[in-house]
Amino acid sequence: MRSWLLWAPLGLFVIFIGLFASGLFQPDDRQIHSGMLGKALPAFTLPAGASDRPGLSTADLKTGKPRLLNIFASWCVPCAAESPQLVELARQGVTIDGVAIRDAREDVDGFLKRWGNPYGRIGLDARSALQLSLGSSGVPESFVVDGKGIIRYQHIGEIRPEHIAVIRQKLAEAAQ
Amino acid sequence: MTRRLSFPVMLASMLAPILAPVLALSPVSAVAQTALPPAPYADTQLEDPALEAKARDFMLTIRCVTCQSQSIADSNASMASDLRSEIRTRIKAGEEPEAIRRWLIERYGNWISYTPTADPVLWPLWAAPVVLLLVGGTLVGTRLKRRKRP
Repeated sequence: MRSWLLWAPLGLFVIFIGLFASGLFQPDDRQIHSGMLGKALPAFTLPAGASDRPGLSTADLKTGKPRLLNIFASWCVPCAAESPQLVELARQGVTIDGVAIRDAREDVDGFLKRWGNPYGRIGLDARSALQLSLGSSGVPESFVVDGKGIIRYQHIGEIRPEHIAVIRQKLAEAAQ
Repeated sequence: MTRRLSFPVMLASMLAPILAPVLALSPVSAVAQTALPPAPYADTQLEDPALEAKARDFMLTIRCVTCQSQSIADSNASMASDLRSEIRTRIKAGEEPEAIRRWLIERYGNWISYTPTADPVLWPLWAAPVVLLLVGGTLVGTRLKRRKRP
């Protein structure tokens, strides 16, 4: 009993060192995943974010067909980098709805003119209200929403060419 | 009579062409990512001091999702100011801070709250003071007993 107790501090020390060492070598994950996956979209009605596209409300996303809800902003550089991939997805027949965060209509117009417009509808979320209620923590982010308006998948950060296949697969899964 | 400029005025007029572009740019960098003015209650206190104190205490316990080591009360990130405005508006409308905390945790996880919850994963944290007191107590107890004997 006594000898076991004598070794206990050293044992604890080794456990702590092991814990710290494993923490050092684990890849860092600062992404904040939304807790809304599998839940219904919050109710919202947003005014039009661009002059040639209608605004966006919850009802527009419950059309029986899965859609991609893309959160972007004209002031966001990765969003511009993401544009070609969204245009490509739209070309492949994916319905994409946009939500412009903390933006102004003329800025969104300029952004779309410069980078292409893959969106069917664009809502303007001037005070991040929808973004907060979606559990989204930055721009760009994309959500796969199924035909009943249930959030099925969240993509954090810009959609790069290598992500197109995953997005298409998640949309196909949401269609089932 | 010749008009003479004082030294500070002269200095200012000399520096003006250099400083003008910098000054013109600074408002842009101050609001960072967005050209919009801040949300109504982002940097404005509530009219009722009691409600403002309630909102302020609560905002100090909510983590900013952009600057991940700051509370939203301390952060200048646009998302933090939008969340401050949202929280003040809700508290003004009579919502309880704990209800807002639950709403936020549902969306962003326990991580967003600086106040520990009663989640099972945190039970060791809550038990630690009691366990440490018991261990310390028994240690002291056995030591005292042993010292009495000889």
